[in-house]
Amino acid sequence: MVKFLKRFYLTLIFIFLYAPILVLIVFSFNESKSRGYWGGFTLKWYVELFRDRDILKALYYTFLVALLSSIISTVIGTFSAIGIHNMGLFTKKMALNINYLPVLNPDIVTGIALMTLFVSLNMRLGFMTMLISHTVFNIPYVILSVLPKLKQMDKNMTEAALDLGATPSYALRKVIIPQIMPGVITGALIAFTLSIDDFVISFFTTGSGVTNLSILVYSMAKRGVKPSINALTTLMLLTVVILLLLINKRTTKGDELIP
Amino acid sequence: MKNRARILAYPYIVWMIIFIVVPLLLVLFYSVTEGNINDPSSLSFSLKSYTRVFDIMYLNVIWKSFKLAIISTLFCLILGYPVALIISTVKARYKNIVLMFFLVPIWMNFLLRTYAWMSILSPNGFINRLLTFLGLPPLQIMPGQTAVILGMIYNFLPFMVLPIYTVLSKIDKSVLEAAMDLGANKIVTFIKVILPLTVPGIISGITMVFMPAVSTFVISQLLGGGKELLIGNLIEQQFTVQRDWHFGSALSIILMIMILISMAIMSKVEKDDGNGGAPIW
Repeated sequence: MVKFLKRFYLTLIFIFLYAPILVLIVFSFNESKSRGYWGGFTLKWYVELFRDRDILKALYYTFLVALLSSIISTVIGTFSAIGIHNMGLFTKKMALNINYLPVLNPDIVTGIALMTLFVSLNMRLGFMTMLISHTVFNIPYVILSVLPKLKQMDKNMTEAALDLGATPSYALRKVIIPQIMPGVITGALIAFTLSIDDFVISFFTTGSGVTNLSILVYSMAKRGVKPSINALTTLMLLTVVILLLLINKRTTKGDELIP
Repeated sequence: MKNRARILAYPYIVWMIIFIVVPLLLVLFYSVTEGNINDPSSLSFSLKSYTRVFDIMYLNVIWKSFKLAIISTLFCLILGYPVALIISTVKARYKNIVLMFFLVPIWMNFLLRTYAWMSILSPNGFINRLLTFLGLPPLQIMPGQTAVILGMIYNFLPFMVLPIYTVLSKIDKSVLEAAMDLGANKIVTFIKVILPLTVPGIISGITMVFMPAVSTFVISQLLGGGKELLIGNLIEQQFTVQRDWHFGSALSIILMIMILISMAIMSKVEKDDGNGGAPIW
């Protein structure tokens, strides 16, 4: 009985989570433009999706910004984490507190604060400002995922390497970096997903025709519903499921799935 | 080595000052000044932006933001706790797959998820078509507060479930067995053992849901049809439409302070509970 109730409840929650997406998927194959009315099967919205220049451009910028900002923030974040780890008690605390601000602050505050800065500096809002902003909110997450790995590391290892004649940069490359690699990879993945999914900060810090997917969906949704967004949702869901299945297969031990 | 490794952080310290500290100081600066933002010489000290917030219209908006955020956080807790509990009892073989399918929706774009609700809740959306087809009267939930709350619960539910699940999965099974051996039934074990142990997870779940819910402007814009203004919408309007940076900055500072206060209260609750947990004996 308890078992049945558990399954029933979990099923209900899963219906709640998936119903809206499933409705979109079904209607992405709908001939009729109006929702709720079935006009026959069609793939024309998918064709239209790949013909829509705005959507393709937004997809391009979304991935470009996500890729660049996650690479930059992983590099800066990793080195900074090593530096912060070796700081004195007080400066370390200060640095970590400031580093924590973009994580704690609501996105909207980070967004308008950065916009205020860029405008005050007379910078043109566009690709560059969006890339900087994404890097600003990504680095703290990289640092926060690298620091625990540095703490776990045996201090004597680095000293041993130095005693054995390694230069500091050689010790960094051959001893420290390999040991903190899991943290670096986690940080990079978090940065990439945060960047792909970001709306609020991009919304305030971009301009002159540069939009990402979220901004495009927002402005389309405000004007009304477009069936090619349904097609886009379907493709996105498919990508996510395939990616997750691949990751799940690779990490049979699991648990690493949780971001 | 220690001293030299420190240098690696110096560029980032400069970066943090430019891109984290200065922008927040600028917001603070604009909140306590008035005048033309494009002409620095016209700016003068003024608390007008803060006194403007006390207009009953704006107070109502702030009150509504908190009300909707608290309601949706509570719903997330009530709906999410059992989910975390159930997932933690799923057989190890299926656990990953259940967890994965629970996570798939949050890996989808946030805007697309909100858009999905828009298209099923809207006056001539899926639900109303279905209701008319079944001969029932149509529902008027969107645009409206119910739709906004639904959208918040839908988007933020996983943020409640994940931290609680993480804490649950770390509970030592022998503790539960000990409780059972000492004669506690399942309900008593839950109330006296499991629930107190998961308080940290509940606290971080509440913060992770409440924070984005109280500051959102997307959900209220899309599902509230622009009629359900929240503090996030007010801030957004000041920076995009009204171009009143002073008032927008003041609102942002107020939002930050209120979130800080709520978080301080939450962490106090957690500490009190930690102290109060012991004297059960």
